[in-house]
Formats: sequence, C-alpha cells, structure tokens
Amino acid sequence: MPILVQHRQIVLPGQLLAEGKDVEVKAQHTIYRVGDKYYSSVIGLADIQEGKKLSVIALEGFYFPKVDDIVIGMIVDTGLTSWTVDIRSPYLAILHASDVLNKPFNPLKDNLRRHLDIGDLVLSKISQFDRTRNPVLTVKGKGLGKITKGVIVEIVPSRVPRVIGRRGSMINMVKEETKCQITIGLNGRIWIIGPTPVHEEVAVLAIKKIERETHTSGLTDRVKMFIREELRKRGLTK
Amino acid sequence: MIGKIKLIDENGLRVDGRKPGELRPVKMEVGVLKNADGSAYVEQGNTRVLAAVYGPREIHPKHLTLPDRAILRTRYHMVPYSTDERKSPAPTRREIELSKVIREALESVIFVELYPRTTIDVFIEVIQADAGTRTAGLMAASLALADAGIPMRDLIAAVAVGKVNGTLVLDINQVEDEFGEADMPIAMMPNLGEIVLLQLNGVLTEEEFYEALKLAQKGIVQLYEIEKQALMRKYCLG
Repeated sequence: MPILVQHRQIVLPGQLLAEGKDVEVKAQHTIYRVGDKYYSSVIGLADIQEGKKLSVIALEGFYFPKVDDIVIGMIVDTGLTSWTVDIRSPYLAILHASDVLNKPFNPLKDNLRRHLDIGDLVLSKISQFDRTRNPVLTVKGKGLGKITKGVIVEIVPSRVPRVIGRRGSMINMVKEETKCQITIGLNGRIWIIGPTPVHEEVAVLAIKKIERETHTSGLTDRVKMFIREELRKRGLTK
Repeated sequence: MIGKIKLIDENGLRVDGRKPGELRPVKMEVGVLKNADGSAYVEQGNTRVLAAVYGPREIHPKHLTLPDRAILRTRYHMVPYSTDERKSPAPTRREIELSKVIREALESVIFVELYPRTTIDVFIEVIQADAGTRTAGLMAASLALADAGIPMRDLIAAVAVGKVNGTLVLDINQVEDEFGEADMPIAMMPNLGEIVLLQLNGVLTEEEFYEALKLAQKGIVQLYEIEKQALMRKYCLG
C-alpha cells in the first residue's frame, strides 16, 4: 500500500503518510519528502482523491499570502503615498494610494486619511508577493474596496476551506439559509451583510460552529439544521 | 560524600519507588493559553512546564531580519517560585545557555526557510522544577509549535538518563540529579530517528553511554505516544 492513511484522518507532524513513487503529492507546506517517503509537517486532515492524489489540509495555522487571493485587510498605518495593511499574515501588506484613488496622487494636496483611516477594513486582492518583499494589495476589481456595512467574523485561516466546502457547497448553503451576502477573505476574515442584524447574528454563529467542528464529517447537514433551529428561536421562520 | 547516599534500595527500587527503567507520571495538554498562537503544558512528576509560541510574525527590532529564513527566538525561564529557595527572576547563565541549546534543537525541527524575514518566538516557563526541565520544556515547545500550525519535521520527545549508585536510571528526579554520578538529557525526533539534543554531565564509560542511549530511546517512544495523544485529544471533544 503506497498511501498509509485514510481519507479525512487526522495526521500529526512527523507522521508517515505514503511511500513509493506512484503517489501524487501536491506541492505544499503541509507535506515534506525524505527519499521516497512522504511525511506530514502539521496537524491536519489527510485528503485523498482518486485513491492516489494525496494532500494534507492544515487544521491550525496562520495565513500565508498568495498572489490573486482575496483578503480582508485592516489599515494599521498611513504613509505619504501608501497605507500599511494588516492581513493576519507574517507580513504587513502595502496598499498604494494611486491604486485606490484611480488618478495621479499628489501628497502635497491630498491627505490619505481622508480616504482610508486607521482601523478601516478593505476587501482587496493580493497583486504582488514574493519572498523578498511584502505583499502589495489592489482594490481594482469587482466588489473590492472599503467595507462600510455588515459584520466581520474572524476564524482560524486554515479552516477557511472547510467554511467554503467542496466547490462552495457549505458557504452557498449558509448564504441560502440565512439570506445573507457573505464574502470570504482567505486570511480568515469573513464579511456578512444580512437583511437584518438578527440574520447576520445567525450567520456568525453558523460560521463559528463550522470553525469549531472543522474536523468532523456530515457537517453541512448539521449546520443546516442548526441555522433553521436558530432562525426559529428568533422567530424569523416557523 | 557522593555515592554514600543510598538512591537504590535492596529491591532495586529508586527513591520514589520507581524501577530503573520507569518514567515518572506524565501529563500533557495542548492549547492551554488563549492569547498565544500555540501553547502546551507538560508535567513530568513534580516538574511542570508551560510553553507559548508566537509567529511567524514581523521582527522587531528590524535589523535581526534574515533574508532567507525565519529567525527563532527562545526563552527558557524559571519562575521565582519554581525552586525550593526563591530564584531571582533575572536570566541566569544557566538559563541563557539552555535557551540556546533548546533553540538549536528546535531550529533543526522547524522548516525555518519557508518564512523568510519573520520570527518565531518560543517562551518556556518552568513553573516547578524537579530535574528534567529542559527535556520537559522541549516537549512543551514542540507541542506548542504544532498547536500554532508551524510546519515541522516531527515532534520532539526528550528524556534524561542518569547514573545513580552505579545503575543507569531513566528520567531522573532532583535527588538523583544532585547525588548521582551522571545526567544525560537526550531529545529526539522519534519518527525520523534523529537526535536533536544530547548533553552529558558527569562520567559514563563507552558501554554505559550506549546503554543509556538505548534506555532513553525506550522512554522517548513512550513519551512520543503521550504527545500524540495530547494533540489528538484537542480534536476529540469538539
């Protein structure tokens, strides 16, 4: 047997996952190789597709930036021509003034704080990032920009894939059941806009439940029941 | 005076009633601190150690930054009430040295090259000391790192072997450390079979050394199992 673990089994750092050459392993930080042996490097869930494609989904951990990721950042500092943004990663991100204002920017005439101030949240995309420099953000794109309404929930970034579910099954179900608009930042910040604050509250509770029970199976159905029950308790449905 | 104190009785039992190859009772818990990115608590007999991990995060002061890897900062510290006579809270020569050897052991386990220009901070607090604090501290630190989701080659399991009244004994306590002939702490990555720390205080013959190593490995295998259980326990309650 080349693969030594089960699908959805919890694996620990140093655990031998597979042996041999006929195993397909996605290049990622959660698996490392010594000779033709593959080991897990984190606490995670083993994921096996088609009986030979092996990967490990981390259960704990921080967000590591990747180009084209959608993230929700918080402004922590303003400079002369750029903002410094916290994206919950090991590196602070930069957002350039020209990117936000969409026109030539003169620091003598304009003050950046008038556009985005410290503590403001922005839905943005990572436009550049490599190991040598801090990530650069952009707000050019559909729906990107300053967040002015709704609520933000923070979860452990490594559990975002579970909140999305396979091809968005989990998040679409939550959207439908709670009638909320939900935007997921891959850095573990989730933006919810609901028809009423009560709907938003239920969506937050559901997402927190998914985060807590990431490693269990049959979660989609349980969350569905949970949302219906919570909505009923609040008198929003019969 | 040394050697005159009877540390092994007629039945071959030690001062606390253990057999020569027996560990002290061990208790481990993961995720005990809310504000740290990862944390763990380890109890080995009367030795109690708490570890907290932060990071990877931005380095302050900036000049410590390395362009190709993360730096690791480790503090091993004994609280003033950890010993029978008050210990000054200022770091002693011994604590600075232990911080260094523990850091070097951890550096060989963590994939520091994945996160350039960042720092990983590890804090180890000895709450109660009864010998074997560096080994307990290393285990707590490795559990806390796993809890923080930092990619690592393996967990570290560690134990000290001593020689008292001419007999090799596993996991020595304070009395055996003080009045015995030798003390050899060993830390390993059990799954890969690699030693990450080995120190020797006292005198052992070559045969004794290899025998002590074998004895330590026996203990390490047991401790490794307990570590894995401690990590798994976090996901079984949810």
